[in-house]
Amino acid sequence: ELPPSHHSATRAAALAACYLSYQRGSPWRGLALRAVRSCRRQDIDGVGHKYYLELVLEDVLDKDSTVNCTAEVLHHLGNKKIAPDVQFTIEGELKNTDEADNVFYNRIKSLEKELVAENIPDNHGNISPEMEPIRLLAWVASGYVIWQNSTENTKFQLAQIKHVKQVKRSDEYLEFDYMILLHEMVSQEIIPWQMTVLWHPQHGVQVTRESRQPKHA
Amino acid sequence: DQVLHIVPETFQQVQLLQHLCSSLLLDLWKPLLPEDIGAGEDLHMRVPAPLVQEVKHSLDQHMISYSILIPDVQELVDQNMPRERSSLRQVPEGYDYTQYHPMGEIYQWMSEIQNSNSELVTQHYLGNTAENRPMYYLQISQPSDKIKKIIWMDCGIHAREWITPAFCQWFVKEILQNYKSDPKISRFLQNLDLYILPVLNIDGYIYSWEKDRLWRKNRSPYMNGTCYGTDLNRNFNSSWGSIGVSYNCSSIIFCGSGPESEPETKAVAQLIERKKSDILCYLTIHSYGQYILIPYGSTTEPASNSEELMYVAEKAAAALTEKYGTSYEVGSTSLILYSNSGSSRDWAHMIGIPFSYTFELRDKGTHGFVLPPDQIQPTCEETM
Repeated sequence: ELPPSHHSATRAAALAACYLSYQRGSPWRGLALRAVRSCRRQDIDGVGHKYYLELVLEDVLDKDSTVNCTAEVLHHLGNKKIAPDVQFTIEGELKNTDEADNVFYNRIKSLEKELVAENIPDNHGNISPEMEPIRLLAWVASGYVIWQNSTENTKFQLAQIKHVKQVKRSDEYLEFDYMILLHEMVSQEIIPWQMTVLWHPQHGVQVTRESRQPKHA
Repeated sequence: DQVLHIVPETFQQVQLLQHLCSSLLLDLWKPLLPEDIGAGEDLHMRVPAPLVQEVKHSLDQHMISYSILIPDVQELVDQNMPRERSSLRQVPEGYDYTQYHPMGEIYQWMSEIQNSNSELVTQHYLGNTAENRPMYYLQISQPSDKIKKIIWMDCGIHAREWITPAFCQWFVKEILQNYKSDPKISRFLQNLDLYILPVLNIDGYIYSWEKDRLWRKNRSPYMNGTCYGTDLNRNFNSSWGSIGVSYNCSSIIFCGSGPESEPETKAVAQLIERKKSDILCYLTIHSYGQYILIPYGSTTEPASNSEELMYVAEKAAAALTEKYGTSYEVGSTSLILYSNSGSSRDWAHMIGIPFSYTFELRDKGTHGFVLPPDQIQPTCEETM
């Protein structure tokens, strides 16, 4: 049993929240970790460390809307190349964002020129309303990147989008090429990362390519 | 007070004037910062009345010619002052505390705060930064015959944590606007002096405005100028260099070439060391994460008074949550965050300051370091 504020618990919880957000998120739905209710750790010989978590998540766009969930995170021993296993169960229903998602989808699909933008938010923290879903989409997609690259000694957050470029496709998907900055809390480093993101209102968010960039990218 | 107009002719004269301004704490009206003084360029400086003779003598000695732009500053001020006096008169009018301000504006703000609240506020020179900029703190002290204990608060030790200098400025404004009308604040000031350092890492802060928003360290050069910056919060003499640091300049948690190797660290440490027997509480403000952290980062061993530290911190966190429901976690850095050595908070406690806390302000990561300005007011109000 770990105290919920202990860094081992909060790192595992952050990872679970990222994974969950990626699985369930959209340009109008992001789920962030609000609180850790409980955390239990099990050391499995020859396998790794397993965390059993009870979490409270909040809707990024409506902080008063929260949902409880349970999650299990397994960090594999030794081999740092394997992403941790995550499983989760959400209690109750998530808010329906179909309408907002579809409006956004149609807006982007009907753009004459591909969308291009930089520095979201700007250095003062401002985001224009049209860019909010672009930003949330990156936040949801970064959940995948974070999940794939996390260990028990890391805690990542999306710090800023440096650059985003829409890639026109002939099929129904929307594609965006993002250059993001991730903040890693334990080392305090800011790491540039490239990610290619696919999205469709019915098919969810998918990261098809991601690669860590050198610091002076 | 007089305002003198000088046009330096040579580089030697420029250097002399820069030195004069920094060492005598002269109020530069043009340019804003000593390092912007240039040969052939207008210099306007306000000299406090008691120093006028000395400054003129010094200028004469070095054959620097000057003219008197304003022979009596107070007279001019009186002429310009409107009749009615509202409580807003005490703080600089028109200063927007809900926006982020660049360093030049913060320097100006400090001067104005001192000038419009001179019965309570004095600006003190602490030292110079790695790039030779002056560091100032504000002392808020109600005249009294008692010796008062001191509460020290510094903001902006990490360049990218913009919400923190915003908070220090907000804090000063709140105290000065309300000390006469708010009984809590007034009682506070009867027994305590406040020392506020709005931006500790000035060079880094400027760099985060001009070049790299997410810069953290200071800007001292290493390896022949091929690498810059020490993490000032790893540079204090508290188990320096032992854990949670890097010895490599290219790392963002580079601890410097030795404890207090950085001029900013030294400047702060010297003052606190000198006054330590009167300092009751050391506060250092960071972002983000929403934590109130107690010593230590360098070890999981609890501090000698950790029960008391926790009790006070928990009360503070509860009071904070009351305002807008924002929740803060309380605990030691080594348990809640990670291990680190050389932090200012650990050092303050180790030299004997009983209450030593790190605050990590909003938020929990959704915006992180780039907190939008509409959160400045609620963050500051709840933290107050």
